[in-house]
Amino acid sequence: MSQTLVGTSVKRKEDPRFIQGRGKYVANLQLPEMAYIAVKRSPYAHARIEAIDTRAAEAMAGVLAVFTGQELIDSGVGKLPCGWVVPGCKVPTRWPVVPIGDKVRHVGDSVAVVVATSPYIAEDAVEAIEVSYTPLAAVTDAKRAMQPGQPVLHDDIPNNLSYTWALGDRPTIEQALSASAHVIKLDLTNQRLIPNAMEPRAAVAQWNAATEEMTLWTTSQNPHPIRLLLSAFTLGIPEHKLRVISPDVGGGFGSKIFHYPEEIITPWVARKINRPVKWVASRSESFITDSHGRDHVTHAELGLDAEGHITALLVETWADHGAYLSTFAPLIPTAFYHCLLSGLYKIPLIYGITYATLTNTVPVDAYRGAGRPEAAYVVERLIDLAARELDLDPIAFRRHNFIQPEEFPYQTPVAMLYDSGDYNRLFDKAQELSSYSELVAAREAARAEGRLVGIGVSGCIEASGPAPSKIAGALGSAVGFWESSIVRVHPSGKVSVLTGSHTHGQGHETAFAQIVADQLGVPMEDIEVIHGDTAAIPFGMGTYGSRSMAVGGSAIVKSAEKVRKKMLKIAAHQLEAAEEDLAYDFNGGGVYVKGSPSQKKSFFDLSLGAYTAHNLPDGLEPGLEEQAFYDPANFTFPNSAHICQVEIDRATGEVSVQKYYAVDDVGNVINPMLVDGQIVGGIAQGIGQALWEYGAYDESGQLLSGTFMDYAMPRADVMPVIHTARTVTPSPHNPLGVKGAGEMGTIAATVAVAHAVMDALAPLGIRHLDMPFTAEKVWSAIQEAA
Amino acid sequence: MTAINVVVNGKSYTREVEPRLLLVDFIRDTLSLTGTNIACDTSQCGACTIHLDGQAVKSCTVLAVQADGSTITTIEGLANGKLHPMQQAFWDQHGLQCGYCTPGMIMAAAKLVEDNPEITEAEIRHGLEGNLCRCTGYQNIIAAVAQAAKA
Repeated sequence: MSQTLVGTSVKRKEDPRFIQGRGKYVANLQLPEMAYIAVKRSPYAHARIEAIDTRAAEAMAGVLAVFTGQELIDSGVGKLPCGWVVPGCKVPTRWPVVPIGDKVRHVGDSVAVVVATSPYIAEDAVEAIEVSYTPLAAVTDAKRAMQPGQPVLHDDIPNNLSYTWALGDRPTIEQALSASAHVIKLDLTNQRLIPNAMEPRAAVAQWNAATEEMTLWTTSQNPHPIRLLLSAFTLGIPEHKLRVISPDVGGGFGSKIFHYPEEIITPWVARKINRPVKWVASRSESFITDSHGRDHVTHAELGLDAEGHITALLVETWADHGAYLSTFAPLIPTAFYHCLLSGLYKIPLIYGITYATLTNTVPVDAYRGAGRPEAAYVVERLIDLAARELDLDPIAFRRHNFIQPEEFPYQTPVAMLYDSGDYNRLFDKAQELSSYSELVAAREAARAEGRLVGIGVSGCIEASGPAPSKIAGALGSAVGFWESSIVRVHPSGKVSVLTGSHTHGQGHETAFAQIVADQLGVPMEDIEVIHGDTAAIPFGMGTYGSRSMAVGGSAIVKSAEKVRKKMLKIAAHQLEAAEEDLAYDFNGGGVYVKGSPSQKKSFFDLSLGAYTAHNLPDGLEPGLEEQAFYDPANFTFPNSAHICQVEIDRATGEVSVQKYYAVDDVGNVINPMLVDGQIVGGIAQGIGQALWEYGAYDESGQLLSGTFMDYAMPRADVMPVIHTARTVTPSPHNPLGVKGAGEMGTIAATVAVAHAVMDALAPLGIRHLDMPFTAEKVWSAIQEAA
Repeated sequence: MTAINVVVNGKSYTREVEPRLLLVDFIRDTLSLTGTNIACDTSQCGACTIHLDGQAVKSCTVLAVQADGSTITTIEGLANGKLHPMQQAFWDQHGLQCGYCTPGMIMAAAKLVEDNPEITEAEIRHGLEGNLCRCTGYQNIIAAVAQAAKA
């Protein structure tokens, strides 16, 4: 092969529309006769709905209708399903709109729906709805929720315990820990985060009463699974009569994977009133309705032998799932968490258990990293403390316990089979990039001056591109994890690439086009990538878990290979040559006779010829379009070494990240610019978790950080310059050799910054603080230590 | 309802508006210029930044009636036959991912550079702290603004 667009930083094909204000976001849709939905939401975390008086709202000019939950239920709308049910899991009942007589279970739960001729009138009418509640005591703490005497959210789920999930043999691990020379113990929390994609969720629905077809535009990372859930479980419109379109979507970070009530309500109303309707979340609504992330309370123990080798790991976690099970919630603190607890290390024995509880808070599900950052944080905090307590350099201690390059594929004791990696080389590069020894010397000098300077190191693993479908099914998944693609060569030789992956910032329109350009030898500008429309794309699984390139990209490679094979057959027939005597021209497309390049059928000729069908081999079907489904053999395992330096202002407790170095092994790279963008953006979210972000609830279940004034997002003036570099160990099991790149930055940065802060505070005798390391928290710790 | 007249992207519009109508909703819904996005309801995010009589303004903080008689430029009106240097720089430097904050970011940045052609990195970071981006970590946005300042 030649034409090597793969591996180069091609500028994005999607950008011209975004930089000129021509993005096709759902909220931008304007349809004739459009009506607008607003949702009445519970101000209580836990309360019984006694009555709803909608008369005043209905009487307002411009209000078309007001609906309560029972009307949806009576018309056949179903409960929101959970798409990942682990053994023994109790799934709470969740209606799109809570009916009278039932309970609201978190602030923001839907109570009634207004539809009006303008969004302003709809908002007014929501205020005019009178709801009589009997408030109930709330519980907002994952661990407390399962204790006796606490408020119970769902009558059929005693102690608010949805399920318990364990991996490993506890007595064996406890025995190994008690026989260990050192045991590091730690209690920690991984705080609740709010994803906050910049585009709030939105839905627009249009019903055609004559054909009984519904079109739903929704801000989803995976329109096909949403259509399936709407058809089979909630809305009840059959799949062939329901078109779901997710056009340009303004960021997701996991929060737009899930099936949300408004996605059901909007088309239901559109059909009911026979007009197009639009619902757009306000940011305040996003905070109390988009699924949150993380929220673990954990106790962990790490055993070491006298030589400093890890002997065993025990992890016990209470995971808060919020008021209901969001679509994939049970996956996150189970397989995506415990199966990553081996980190980069040889840990012979691991036991993990999760108690998954329900509380009066917004449901918790996947947020960038999803279980894997929580695992990395537990493992790495223990590793860092072990190094500190044994008085070893944190990198030297890590190297002492690394899985070695010759040990791949490496079977961990927690089910994962790591595909490839070279962690020593990774850290060699990180130490070189950061001038690590100089950093350490500078820290010592700063400390001698009494300054609170710290260096943080993280070494993280991720399992990305969830796979294979057979295993996912055995673990509780209701869906498969393959991906589809079609490469369609038009009669004029232009190419459309249809993918079941969804891009909402990642740059697939560019990266996938690079792949096809190399595979077919045609120019980038002749290729268009199409995604996000169930009427155009065969079934697809969407984008999450850093899967798009490894799984979606691999499907595209397979399609392109099939196109080349067909072109070869046509050319062989037309050139009257044997296929083995022909070669594909990767620099320009087409097929030529080996050793005689002038005897050639051009890409254009073969494309047109496939459609005229005037001169095709006997038995070959006309057309030039090939479909492929790719089910990956395994996850891919990106890994990283990040090093950063922080300084803490002793007088205020404020932490500033001064230097940040990131070395990531994401396998082969299709577009370095895009990969760096993913890594750096991910690091910003990781720093955000470490220093500022916290979805804080008070005991009554009110969200205290429910606006951008209270929830501290990373801003331009507090972000450091991030230096990136790469090592490459290709994944051996996909045709591109790629690993996921979307989540590692977030996973690694949280850990690296946490370690830097703890390192800065270590001279004061502070062993551990829980994130976020806000100025107030750090200042208080400094005062207490003094 | 109150009649207002505004010039948006060089075109004059007279429209009857409710006194409470936000300028951003006027731009998006009344004039169908949907390039200006809304990402919060507390004036924190800057996604709706436009140019109002030569100033970069968060259009969610202004009522449409207050804009009566004003001249407005939105992202759709920034390019003048060819891309504005700031638009070009965002493209060149991969200064956007999902694109949702981008129109507001470009409008804010264009004004920053216009006011301060010799702008430093620290000044760019400070000047854009009222514009949130969740995708990029800001690094390539800063690089884009620096490129545009040199253009």
